[in-house]
Amino acid sequence: MKCQYCEKPATFHITELTEPGGPQVMHLCEEHARGFLQKEASSPAASIAGALAKQLNLGQTKQELAELDQKECPVCGISFFEFRNTGRLGCPFDYTHFSTDLIPLLTNIHDSVEHCGKRPHRAAAADSQAELIQLRREMEEAVEREDYETASGIRDELRRIEEAGSSDQVASEDEE
Amino acid sequence: MIRDSDFDDLAHKSGEWLRGTGPESDIVISSRIRLARNLADFPFIRRCSDEDRISIERTVRAKMDSIDDWRDIRYIDIEQLSEIDRQFLVERQLISREIADAEGSRAVAIDPSEQYSVMINEEDHLRIQVMHSGLDLKLAWQSIDQLDDKLEGAILYAFHPQFGYLTACPTNVGTGLRVSVMLHLPALVITRQIDKVFRSMQRINVTVRGLYGEGSQYTGDFYQVSNQITLGHREQDLVSLVGDDVVPRIIEYERKARDFLVKQGQQDLHDDVSRALGILSTAKKISSEETMHYLSKVRMGVNLGLIDDVPVGIINKLFIHTQPAHLQKLQGRLLGSSDRNVERATYLQRHLSGKLSDGDLN
Repeated sequence: MKCQYCEKPATFHITELTEPGGPQVMHLCEEHARGFLQKEASSPAASIAGALAKQLNLGQTKQELAELDQKECPVCGISFFEFRNTGRLGCPFDYTHFSTDLIPLLTNIHDSVEHCGKRPHRAAAADSQAELIQLRREMEEAVEREDYETASGIRDELRRIEEAGSSDQVASEDEE
Repeated sequence: MIRDSDFDDLAHKSGEWLRGTGPESDIVISSRIRLARNLADFPFIRRCSDEDRISIERTVRAKMDSIDDWRDIRYIDIEQLSEIDRQFLVERQLISREIADAEGSRAVAIDPSEQYSVMINEEDHLRIQVMHSGLDLKLAWQSIDQLDDKLEGAILYAFHPQFGYLTACPTNVGTGLRVSVMLHLPALVITRQIDKVFRSMQRINVTVRGLYGEGSQYTGDFYQVSNQITLGHREQDLVSLVGDDVVPRIIEYERKARDFLVKQGQQDLHDDVSRALGILSTAKKISSEETMHYLSKVRMGVNLGLIDDVPVGIINKLFIHTQPAHLQKLQGRLLGSSDRNVERATYLQRHLSGKLSDGDLN
């Protein structure tokens, strides 16, 4: 028997036991088997595609999804379409920018949309995370054109946001 | 102080987690927890420029260096490694296949006991991992929680008040926590109960997969149980779901199956495991797959008291050290598949024909 992905003989025969459609058998050569086995327990792109498909069934029309696909994050520039294809987001701000679109997805994957575990003692406020990424870029550009005065101004601004973020976080913890 | 390091010395040692000690270590090989974390001021890895990656790597390294009690941390620049060295670290479970195969600036920091490692620029900026021998998830959680606190003291993480720790993939968001327990379940395989056991687990948010599979059986009979969801539960509850609820049940089934095998056909079983040991200690060439298959039988034989002069730590070590990159590192040269089979047989013979003690583990 040949490997499912190449011409080499299939020496590994792997059964995925927890696939939603029942056990699934894979026939792979040593090289592809290693790659397959050492991936994370479940393929994120596949489970996201599955969750999005469910979402579509739950009332989102194809047209609505097509419009959503065009939507882009102002910070990292990733489109929802790109996210849907790769299963990976582009930057922390995506969770804010695509928040309404991600909520049904998170519900499908985790059956929850509310973190209730550990919280860092200091964290930047959600909005200022976008600013942090943008400012860092501007700082790097300033350094590149040897405009050190601007770069140093931006660095101070970055520090100010990081510190303000820390106190915001403490405040939100106090409210709980 | 963090030091740059090669790791040729590692090839001759075994990680702490392979010692075959710790609770339930006749069935549970290792307990592992990993946390996914990202820096607040960079895009996620896929949208990072080469400069961003370099910058993340340098920032994290400098921050780790500022943590006082991080002594003797080995810092390995993965980008500079040969393919065989990357494969070696993957076999050792110190880095993921994904980071081994990636491109650009990336690194791993490892403590001397190999119990924890921090991957930099994997799918997330940071992947913190703690691994213990046997079923010891509570200890693993305590260790990783403290490690995470120390890093957090130096690094501003990407965090959202509602969604928790932000990760590149939404399947990890929230706690960013993945608990994985590696189990050795030969008796459930022999008695053909394994599929039934796992089918009964499907509805409780855990993922189970066979490792090193062959046909309907799994060479080595290793299975990994992990939590599927990461958002909406406290870390301790996710740890408890796997460690207190799911895994003990599987252990109980495996024990029952082992008892059954012993009662039903003590002689057949004894014959089977002794033959396996015979093949491993006398073969002149042997494939990785065949090695796994027989080592699994021997491991069960040792744990059932049918083989009494081979420590289980040696067997655990052999599972890792007979893999391709390990054999080549131990030999200090590249070997083709057929040379590896000969080298593997020699290595097994050396470790199994004489009477080695736990002291020979290192």
